[in-house]
Amino acid sequence: MHNLFLFFRRYFNFIVLLLLQGFSIYLLVHYNNYHNALASNFMNEVTGKVNTQFNKVDYFLKLRNTNEALVKNNERLTNLLNENFERQDSSNKIVNEDILNDTTGRKRKWQYFSAKVVSNSVSAQNNFIALQRGAGQQIKKDDGVVDLNNGVVGIVTDVSENYAVVMSLLHKDSKISAKLKRSGEVGQVIWDGKDPNRLSLIDIRKSALVAKGDTVYTSGFTTTFPYGLMIGTIEEIVKDKGTNNYILYLKSTANFYNIQYVYAIENLQREEVDQLIKNANNKVNN
Amino acid sequence: MGTLLKNMLRFILLILVQVYVLDRIHLHYMVTPYIYFLFILWMPFEGNRAAQMLIAFALGFTLDSFHHHPGFHSAACVLIAYLRPFMVNLLISQQGAENNYQEPSAKSMGGFIPYLVYAGMLTLVHHGWLFFLEAIQFGDVWYFIVKTVFSTAISLLLIMIVELLFSRKQAFRTNTV
Repeated sequence: MHNLFLFFRRYFNFIVLLLLQGFSIYLLVHYNNYHNALASNFMNEVTGKVNTQFNKVDYFLKLRNTNEALVKNNERLTNLLNENFERQDSSNKIVNEDILNDTTGRKRKWQYFSAKVVSNSVSAQNNFIALQRGAGQQIKKDDGVVDLNNGVVGIVTDVSENYAVVMSLLHKDSKISAKLKRSGEVGQVIWDGKDPNRLSLIDIRKSALVAKGDTVYTSGFTTTFPYGLMIGTIEEIVKDKGTNNYILYLKSTANFYNIQYVYAIENLQREEVDQLIKNANNKVNN
Repeated sequence: MGTLLKNMLRFILLILVQVYVLDRIHLHYMVTPYIYFLFILWMPFEGNRAAQMLIAFALGFTLDSFHHHPGFHSAACVLIAYLRPFMVNLLISQQGAENNYQEPSAKSMGGFIPYLVYAGMLTLVHHGWLFFLEAIQFGDVWYFIVKTVFSTAISLLLIMIVELLFSRKQAFRTNTV
């Protein structure tokens, strides 16, 4: 017993080192648990407040770019207005009283919420973006996030009362189901941890028709993103020697260096789909 | 200025500079300089080592919270806080010098070279461990080595510039050991 105490006294510092290293690496590996924890909520609120203050300067300096993006998007939306199209006959004007259902029986599936970016990084191997809009302002976990020109940015992983944290596409765990516009092949968009604004598209067979400059957009197979949001264009085509697949390097549509405002996209029918898949899984397992 | 107040100010300032200035830098898509751990290099000679490691953990955890992914910097900071006393013992010029001055600097360590070695070794260990933890997820050994070497060089350069710009005045306390 005496020797045991002596041992602890002799190696106390080393034991503290091991404990703290162990705790750090636990946090690092199980960061998903951390994102659900109370401490993470608290730290999100604190860093969110500090970020908001410093972002005021950054925001002012980048007003010009934000404005350009908004004008472009506004142009696109204005072109979609009903007033731009002339009706030849004198049919009645349709008035929508309910936002969720219109008279032709269509149901709203996706809803966009604008959010201000308060912090953003591209320099780490795992990058996150913080938004100044949280659970109290209708942002939910697993919402898809796009920039002002509808280029995919990431997925919401964590929400606190007033802030949300988005896992950027520039993250090792980021995996987005994507489709080639020309040939319709479906693959996964990941990031190799090096060059921001350069993503990789994998799982495309070598028999597929690909060319430089081809558009890649979301496949709509997940409940996170609607069909047809642009992810990037093919910049370089590499044949993976080990497998029967290509590795396609993409230039991302979203410029990750310069994000000031984003839209979080909520899937209003997510619960229904998730529930259905869960039921199906239960049936198979039992 | 009291030691506690001075260190608290350093903690806050270094974290803010790191998050809002240096984290924005990304030379050749590779090098991001880190100098926030100057806080650890500048911690007083005296003091409980376990407590210093806990403070180092708090420093790393604060920076990690700004990156929303805890663990990386906490681990690296704790490691250099643990190794620091060994480096000091190894490099300090004369016995008892750590009693004459409060904290490590070129003056208290008896010259610029020992201090440069002290800062350089700890920077290398910090960056090496930090990038190693990042690299095991991507698994590219050459990228990891090149990144560590270049980042260490740039960080060390910045640390020396900080050292020259903000000379820390330290009183010679006593020569009785």
